[in-house]
Amino acid sequence: MKLITLVLCEIRHRFTSFVLTVLSVAVAVAAFVCSYYLLRTDELKTEELLTARQQEVEDAGSKLEDSMRKITKGLGFNILVLPGDQDLGELHAEGTPTTSMPEAYVTKLASSKIVTINHLLPIVAKKIEWPEMNRSVIVTGTRGEVPLAHRALKKPLQDAVPKGTMIVGAELGRAKDGVAVGTKIKLMDREFVVTKIHEERGTADDITVWINLAEAQEMLKMQNLVNAILALECNCATEDRVAEIREEIAAILPGTQIVERGPPALARAEARNKAKETAVANLAAAKAGRKTIHDQRAKLAAVLVPLIVIIAATWIALLTLLNIRQRRSEIGILRAIGLGSGQILRVLLGKAAIAGVLGGLLGLAIGFFVGRGLGDPLSAEAAAGLGMTGPFLVALLAAPVLSVLAGWLPAMFAAKVDPATILSGS
Amino acid sequence: MLSLKDVTRVYREGRLSVTAVNNASLTVGKGEFVAVTGPSGCGKSTLLLTAGGLLAPDSGVVTVNETDLYELTPDSRSQFRNEHIGFVFQELHLVPYLTVRHNVMAPALVSGKAAQDRAIELLDEFGLADRLSHLPEKLSTGERQRTALARAMLNEPSLLLADEPTGNLDAENSAIVLRHLRAFADKGAAVLLVTHDPIAAEQADRRITIRDGVIERL
Repeated sequence: MKLITLVLCEIRHRFTSFVLTVLSVAVAVAAFVCSYYLLRTDELKTEELLTARQQEVEDAGSKLEDSMRKITKGLGFNILVLPGDQDLGELHAEGTPTTSMPEAYVTKLASSKIVTINHLLPIVAKKIEWPEMNRSVIVTGTRGEVPLAHRALKKPLQDAVPKGTMIVGAELGRAKDGVAVGTKIKLMDREFVVTKIHEERGTADDITVWINLAEAQEMLKMQNLVNAILALECNCATEDRVAEIREEIAAILPGTQIVERGPPALARAEARNKAKETAVANLAAAKAGRKTIHDQRAKLAAVLVPLIVIIAATWIALLTLLNIRQRRSEIGILRAIGLGSGQILRVLLGKAAIAGVLGGLLGLAIGFFVGRGLGDPLSAEAAAGLGMTGPFLVALLAAPVLSVLAGWLPAMFAAKVDPATILSGS
Repeated sequence: MLSLKDVTRVYREGRLSVTAVNNASLTVGKGEFVAVTGPSGCGKSTLLLTAGGLLAPDSGVVTVNETDLYELTPDSRSQFRNEHIGFVFQELHLVPYLTVRHNVMAPALVSGKAAQDRAIELLDEFGLADRLSHLPEKLSTGERQRTALARAMLNEPSLLLADEPTGNLDAENSAIVLRHLRAFADKGAAVLLVTHDPIAAEQADRRITIRDGVIERL
């Protein structure tokens, strides 16, 4: 006969006591597994919700960004780099700059590391009387956008105007002189082919003609000079956008000044940027809120679980003590027939270990199903990331250890008891 | 085989003390069947427990097969008891949840011997072949006593100690038990029987009387 036979026979004989021990272990394990499961599902659910919310915010942000890009692009160039000596009153009165600066400025700007603006377009512009048409017109010469050396090429806001061609504003297109696409037209004794007539913009553009920069410079006697460099400010989140642009350009082109056009639309874009910031802040607040709740639950579990484990261990120790009292005579006779204290200890703790294993399995199942019943339902993807294998193994290993430790002290005393004390008592 | 020399055992509780065995000396040789008689509470059981290495004397020496029992550590003494000494208690002390067969095989928990065949052989000898799978509670008193006797004999000890083995038995069962004790002594073991039954004592080779802890007549 082996010791395990003795243990199993005793379990069968005092089955109720054994079941109570198993249930004690099961309660402790279930409390641990259930708490862990609930905390983990809460964590995953939070992640899931926040990820969804973050995605919403990001989508909204992308839409806002795209919207702003369209708005700013729709504004056309909204930054004017002008010669430092340009009188702004004269600029507004004339509708065009009246002074000039070297064309080389645009090359200098394009080869710099400037970040606050992009889409550089050098122009010469002058309001003249169009002798052939007998009316005022703004002649604008442009060579197309100059790409920034340190940035990827972008689709230009305005294409270059080839030599010998002309683009005209809506008002000129409506003129009684029959300006139409494909017609040839004379300007200051030069012949141009009209390639495009703009839609009405309600600005000075409606009375502007765009021709090639080199031709314009020749016609206006402004070789190697430009009146302005048009640019588009970047969509950067800054405190004072224009001031930063001024500061950056002043460092590169000291003899220039900056004028911004179209502030209302930009203000609207800024408001949208603020809305995006608010959404991000709300997301952060939601994250912090969930984290606070999670931390509170974790703190509660950190108190409750050890408490339940201690109560269960005490209960197991009491049951073991009771069991040992019932088995005094049996322990005495086993000692009398020659079992050593180590073997007695193994007999008593073997039962505790079996109770621990069974209680562990039972507690695991109860804890898991109760946790699943109480916890938030998870998507299949989130459930796969639950990672319960480790805690399950810990619970399964800890259960017999807890049970054996709880029964250790009473079992040790029993194993040391002098058999004569028991046997002579009868 | 068994030798007690000047053994004294006193029970103390608070200020009270009772000398259960007083300066007792005796020997039981190989193949000898000795009966210890005396009135209740005279110290018979204490003498038996002391002789079996279960109750250390306050003074004196107990040797079994030339081994001083109380010089051994508790675990070595348990091991020694398992190999050399068999016990039959008045209260029997069968393990309640083990079957008759497993109760008899219990001493093999220590020795690790393949005891199944020997247990069945003994139970057959004791007329319990049809009770192998029964729990003690299902047995009659005589059957329980025979089971306890079979358990004591499983490891074929050289010393068998029996405390009132016929105390609760009818004449028929008493005769069976005494016959087996006699047979065991005849095989070469030393048997020390504690009894207040004169008929039982008559079966012994030698009779010792104990009164108030003192051995009166050898």
